[in-house]
Parts: sequence; structure tokens; C-alpha cells
Amino acid sequence: MTAFLALLGRELRLALRHPADTLAAVMFFVLVAALFPFGVGPEPQALARLAPGALLAAALLAALLPLDRLFGADAEDGTLDQLLLSGLGPAAVCAAKALAHWLTTGLPLMLATPIACAMLNLPTEAWSVAVLVLGLAAGFLSLLGTAGAALTLGARRGGVLLPLLVLPLAIPAVIFGAAGIEAAAAGLEARPYLLLLAALLAAALPLAPLAAGAALRGE
Amino acid sequence: MLRAEALACLRGERVVFADLSFSVAAGDAVLLVGANGAGKSSLLRVLAGLLSPLEGRLLWDGAEALADRAAHARRLRYIGHGDALKPALTAAENLAFYARLWGGQVAPALAALGLAELAGLPARVLSSGQKRRLALARLALAPAPLWLLDEPTVGLDSASVERLGALLATHRAAGGMVLAATHLPLPLPGARELRL
Repeated sequence: MTAFLALLGRELRLALRHPADTLAAVMFFVLVAALFPFGVGPEPQALARLAPGALLAAALLAALLPLDRLFGADAEDGTLDQLLLSGLGPAAVCAAKALAHWLTTGLPLMLATPIACAMLNLPTEAWSVAVLVLGLAAGFLSLLGTAGAALTLGARRGGVLLPLLVLPLAIPAVIFGAAGIEAAAAGLEARPYLLLLAALLAAALPLAPLAAGAALRGE
Repeated sequence: MLRAEALACLRGERVVFADLSFSVAAGDAVLLVGANGAGKSSLLRVLAGLLSPLEGRLLWDGAEALADRAAHARRLRYIGHGDALKPALTAAENLAFYARLWGGQVAPALAALGLAELAGLPARVLSSGQKRRLALARLALAPAPLWLLDEPTVGLDSASVERLGALLATHRAAGGMVLAATHLPLPLPGARELRL
């Protein structure tokens, strides 16, 4: 546990020293959300109908941005060897990486969600659900993305391969997430959709780090 | 005691070494020598458990060493080609991460490699020799019986090589084993050569 916390602490400290990576993801998310009103036109109702899907697509793409360097820098400078020899086990190393990715990307995206909601004219009663949905979906993507990043490590054009591998697997999160926000906007119960998202997260929680660890071990 | 039995290793499509057997007892030092590409680095990675051998067995005190990789990792220190330093962290912070993993004190380890004055500087401003010393300072943190060193003295000045020599001597006097791949003279009196 000490080793897990040591690794997590180191990842967070590095993210604090390079705040540009986190900022880039948040700015990307907000800017994509800001582009929609220009494309869709001045009709507020049309914008509100698009809002749930646009929010999720923008958030998942933004969360993908820092993923291709998740293991890359560590592999190049020899840190990855030391992490694999830390006695933690490769799956635990990957779990710490995924958690650090969520804390440095998913959590800031959650905080920026109200801004994006306002730009997309989402009814205010759905904002809290949108924040929760984006947090859960980003967590799911952090886990899938860690496995994807481990698999594409060392591959030529890994940065292109990673979204191709990860985004199709994230489709269930988009479906349930958008349905949940839509339900909340229509004044319906969003709880079942949130629970389904949480179930996706719970399934990925043990599986993705194991898969990522096996991929790192095979390098 | 570390024993390798008929190890073979594949890199890419090529067998870099095969049927390699040797043993290393407590206090022993082994220098791996051979031309570039002879498989010195690969052998060190196999011994660390980072690379699976194509054939053969690795025994630690008679038991299969790689059966429990985490336990094997805890009894070794590996210094690879890369210095495994983060440019944004200070020298002390870089080392403190490993001190949290393995135990040991940061300040004496830095002092052992003559880095005490550089503790607060970010690793990005260190020279390549200073970075190498910072990587080697990991050896001074907490004892581990097996040291695997890949070209440990690249870029080091003679004073730093002497400091490493003192670390190596203390390690071996306490019953530690050293396997080092190098093209430069290493302060390892009485070391055996293993030609690949």
C-alpha cells in the first residue's frame, strides 16, 4: 500500500509541476463545447437536444489527450523498469496510473462541466447529473485508456492506435451517460443510468489494470 | 546464491545468447564482457525478471527465482541505461520516491555520491554525469543482496568512480552480489569475467 501511495503521490506531484497537460485537456473540453453553438445556430432548443451527446463526446476526447504519454515518458527514461521492479506488481502500477489520470484529468473535467453545460444551454436541473455522469464516464475511460496505453506502448503511431482501440469500448458509457443527462433534463429519474455507468466502472476496475499489467509485462 | 542454468534469450528474431550457465555466491562480483550486441544488457534484464528467458532456469538459493517476481524484485537493485529521473523533480524528490519504496534515508544516499549540495536542484539542470550519480544513489538507500548494473560509470569523473567503488566494497563485504556490464574499468577487485 505504501508503494501504491508513493507512486500515486509521485504522479500527482509531476502533474502539479506540469499543469499545462491538465489545462490542455480542460481547455479542449470547454472549447469543443463552445464550438457547438456556432455550428448548430441560434436555436436554443436544438442546442439543448444536442447537449448530452456533445458533452460526453467532448469530455471523452479531452480525457484521451494525455493518455498517449501515460507510459511513454516512463518507458523512455527507464522509470518503467524501476516501477516494474518496485515489488508492486504490474497491475497495481497500472491501477495507480489510472487513478492518477482520473485525478488529473477526470476530476478537472467534472469541475469544468457547468461551464460547458451553460454554453450548450442544458436545463439547469440536469447540471448536477451531468457532472456526475462525466465523472463516472471519465473514470471508465481512465481505466480503458490505461489498458490501451499499455498495449500501444512502443508501437509505431501508438497515438493514433490508442483512440481507435479505446473509443469503441467507451460507447456504452456514452449511451448510458447521454440517456441519463437527457432523462434529468426532461425531469425524469436519472438514477438507473447513473447506476449502469457505475456498473461499467465497477467491471472495468479490476479488469482493465489486469489487462494493462499483462500488456506491460509482455513488453 | 544466484544460479543460472542454460539460459537463452531472444531479442527480435535473434538468439543473443544460449546455454549460459553460471553461479554467483555471496560477496562475488561478476563483470559481463562482450562486444556490442552480445546480450549483456539483455542478460541483466533477464536476471532482473524484466525479460523472460527463452529457455533455462534462474535459481535463488535453489528455488525458482522468477516464480514470485515481486519477491525477486525486492532482493535486487537494477541500474539500467536510463537514469529513471524525472526532470521536473528535484534530486532529493527523485530519490525520495525510491526511499518510500525501499526504505532508507535520502540525505546520506545523496552524500554517498557527493550530491549533497545539489539536493534542491531540479534534475533537468544536472549534467549527465550528475544524473548518473543520482541514479547510482539509489544503491545507497537500502541494502538489497543483488545489484545489477548496466554501464554504471558512463559519464562519471574519477572521484565519482571512487565513491561507487566504496559503495561496491561495502556491499560485497556485507555479502552482496554484483553483476555489472561495462566497457570501462570498474573498481571491483577480484571480479570474475563472464564472456558473452
